[in-house]
Amino acid sequence: MNIPKELLYTSTHEWIRMEDETTAYIGITDYAQQQMGDLVFVNLPEAGDTVNAGESFADVESVKAVSDVMSPVTGTVEAVHEELADEPQLMNTSPYEAWFVKVSGITERGELMTAEAYEAYLETCE
Amino acid sequence: MEPIRTPLYDEHVRCGGKIVEFGGYLLPVQYETGVIQEHMAVRNACGLFDVSHMGEILVQGPDALKNLNHLLTNDYTVMQDGQARYSPMCYEDGGTVDDLIVYKVHDEDYFVVVNASNKDKDFQWMKEHCIGDAVIRDVSSEYGQIALQGPKAEEILRKLTPEECVPGKYYTARFDAVVGGIPCILSRTGYTGENGFELYLPAAETARMWRMLLDAGQQYGLIPCGLGARDTLRLEASMPLYGHELSEKISPVESGLGMFVKLNKPEFIGHDALAAAGQGKRRRVGLKVTGKGIVREHQEIYQGDRLVGMTTSGTFAPYLGFPVAMALLDRETEEIPGTLEVAVRGRRVAVETVPMPFYSRKRRG
Repeated sequence: MNIPKELLYTSTHEWIRMEDETTAYIGITDYAQQQMGDLVFVNLPEAGDTVNAGESFADVESVKAVSDVMSPVTGTVEAVHEELADEPQLMNTSPYEAWFVKVSGITERGELMTAEAYEAYLETCE
Repeated sequence: MEPIRTPLYDEHVRCGGKIVEFGGYLLPVQYETGVIQEHMAVRNACGLFDVSHMGEILVQGPDALKNLNHLLTNDYTVMQDGQARYSPMCYEDGGTVDDLIVYKVHDEDYFVVVNASNKDKDFQWMKEHCIGDAVIRDVSSEYGQIALQGPKAEEILRKLTPEECVPGKYYTARFDAVVGGIPCILSRTGYTGENGFELYLPAAETARMWRMLLDAGQQYGLIPCGLGARDTLRLEASMPLYGHELSEKISPVESGLGMFVKLNKPEFIGHDALAAAGQGKRRRVGLKVTGKGIVREHQEIYQGDRLVGMTTSGTFAPYLGFPVAMALLDRETEEIPGTLEVAVRGRRVAVETVPMPFYSRKRRG
């Protein structure tokens, strides 16, 4: 299981890369993609949309089922990773490069875990 | 009730299968390869499935044939030994008890294969409606079942059995086959849209057969496949699944299975209701998703503001490379291109009707 040290994590298996205090990239973790299996579709928000900490901002579809992706922060979508729509398998093969959105103007952060804490948390997820 | 382990449970765990409960059984939904690779292996090489959860029921005795013709909508009167025939089984009101396959072993001896989740219900129904001199027995626990499916299936099988044991035609079986030294029923049937076989064999021999087939098939790209691929394969091939395209509320005629409902038979359970219903109020259609998203089961279909149907199954079709769905549409709905939408989690996703099957190996060329 790949859990990069420099990222922060949520209990719902999203990762967040803080660029500075108010800007961040968000994606789903290696564990999340493994649990969901082959991913075939992602429904992304649009630039300018507001995302809220702890609320769904996107959904991903595996062959089997749909899953919500929760935002770890409250802010505004500055950029959307449009290539994911054409190559959803990137979420399986490179989950930490397959960012969903870049959020700026972050005003609130949900509960986030360090890589060590997330690794320990995963032990409880089986 | 505690879920049942099939005779292959340990094999699935050993092969890295992700185990889930399905129809009262513990079965792999996928292995480490994942649904898409498993699906493609069946389309391009071969896949091995544990289908031991399927139920086996014997109908035997002087009035066995009379019972089949009474219980089932299809006609079993003219049939060769070793032949298999699909049929819905209906309630008096035309709703569906189950869909199943009947094999004729010989006169007065038939082998019936039913869906796992319906097995007990089917057995009760058949016993309650048994007529004349016949015995109906549930022998499910005595059998394991393995499906070997894909263009390489026959080559793999021939490594383990002589040609005379291999049934020649689709929907025929050999009841005296021996594969890898193990006596079994070898049937040329399947649920994937590919050429392939299903083997029924003593539960105690099933794991040995599984390992033998995997070994024999390795050089051909044979891999074990889970329930996930079984579902995407049958859906891509537009095959109905009980609980989706058929149910106690859905008649076989509405589901497009009218060719298996022989109203010219003098009688069978559901005959009068099905005759009175004619083509029914709904019909099964195939949908291709043209908008963005994946359509799943039990989602509403709209034409403008009008609710015109419900989806019954839907997924991303791995071989075709786009999402498809099956649905029951109000019969009079006009299939005007660009007018149908499915409500998917608060959004409208555009779909269009397309002919079924979505995938056909004969068309593939």
